[in-house]
Amino acid sequence: MMTEKRLGRQTLKLSTPPSMISNTSIVGPKEGEGPLAQYFGQILTDDYFGEDSWEKAESKMLTEVVKNAIKASGMSNTNIDFMFAGDLLNQIVSSSFAARELQIPYIGLYGACSTMTESLCMGSLMIDGGYAEAVVCATSSHFSSAERQYRFPLEQGVQRPPFAQWTVTGAGAAVIARAGSGPYITYATIGKVLDFGIKDANNMGAAMAPAAVDTITAHLNETGRKPDYYDLIITGDLGNVGKAIILDMMQKEGFDITKVYNDCGSMIFDSEKQDTHAGGSGCGCAAVVLNGYIVSEMRKGNINKVLLIATGALLSPTTTWQGESIPSIAHAVAIENTIGVGV
Amino acid sequence: MKTKMSSKQYEQYIKNKMPKPAYLKNCVAAFIVGGLICDVAQLISNTAKSYGYNQEAVSSITAASMVFLGAFLTGLGIYDRIGKFAGAGSIVPITGFANSIVSPAMEFKREGFVFGVGAKMFILAGPVLVYGVSVSILIGTIYYILGK
Repeated sequence: MMTEKRLGRQTLKLSTPPSMISNTSIVGPKEGEGPLAQYFGQILTDDYFGEDSWEKAESKMLTEVVKNAIKASGMSNTNIDFMFAGDLLNQIVSSSFAARELQIPYIGLYGACSTMTESLCMGSLMIDGGYAEAVVCATSSHFSSAERQYRFPLEQGVQRPPFAQWTVTGAGAAVIARAGSGPYITYATIGKVLDFGIKDANNMGAAMAPAAVDTITAHLNETGRKPDYYDLIITGDLGNVGKAIILDMMQKEGFDITKVYNDCGSMIFDSEKQDTHAGGSGCGCAAVVLNGYIVSEMRKGNINKVLLIATGALLSPTTTWQGESIPSIAHAVAIENTIGVGV
Repeated sequence: MKTKMSSKQYEQYIKNKMPKPAYLKNCVAAFIVGGLICDVAQLISNTAKSYGYNQEAVSSITAASMVFLGAFLTGLGIYDRIGKFAGAGSIVPITGFANSIVSPAMEFKREGFVFGVGAKMFILAGPVLVYGVSVSILIGTIYYILGK
């Protein structure tokens, strides 16, 4: 049985598309030297953010970015019905510790680096379902807290492979509400967990690319939209390696997305100058590119229709040590300046 | 999605899409830096010898000095930069061993001296010690038997 708001197996049509009210981002110093610097709300000069641990710094970024978003929306904490947030640290402590301070009813999410779109999907459904007027969706990552959890101590003298990605230090938040003047979230496509057998935790782009291809294909098939309906189809953090794979795989699926496709991880750093190898990654990557670059360009009218697909690698350090492959997921949201036009 | 691939097929498929490490450049960098580290050790060794220490003392002085240098440069945040350039050239010498102990000790200081520094210090060097000692016992045993 098909419900009326659901198209096909994975895509949800929002009958009252929630509107983005405010979007804010905070990034670390390295991201602040990258090509998208002008779009970020706040650039930290110290990646400890005045705290004494990387974990505290990350949680503070998330707390501040949510506060900034609520302030920019002209509302106060009490007007925000729910907070949807998640991050990469064990037991999503950055988010939960932020929620402890913010005192907004909180739903913690874990979708690894897909959290930005996962939270927007969930928040939109809460609003469309009539259970909330306004919600905040947020996520964060921090290079140093992620490195020590997943990889090596910072001071260890090792070479990173050329396909490795650089975890973005950053946090992004979006306040979305029932009433507003856009951009609107019109569709959400929930991903399936896919695993093509990649075991190298440095090779995230290749591990996550199939999940992104699957979600984009499902979205296009179920909405009946063509790739060129969108001004921008953008994945969260596949980086340069994943980007090459996805373009080729989409061709095999019968969709040519070359002209409209990009990746947040490829855009956020200048890989050559900043020595970030295959590009950016982490929850914060899609979060700051969406809430910084994409939404600014949409409000200016330079781009009007965007499909954002944030991708997450659902591994843990334990599963990596046990030699397991990396399952991945991708959730998509369609964000449009106008509603009710096109297919 | 129509595409179906086994792990092997996918691995094959992405092979030519993956950037390759600059093997030649890496080898040259490892050779030069590794060689320089050994030169420094030789200099220390020769100096110690010239002061009239016996061979056993010279070995100890050299190893201790190199471990100190590796640890010191790690503490100053220089060794990871050398490692990034030199790869195996700075991991294999004893200075790299010092780096592998000092870097987690620094990283986990925030978790305290017991659960942080104490527990995590040998997270990288631990396996080297365990198997290094095990193999030396094994080889010693073989030598003892065959040597007779």
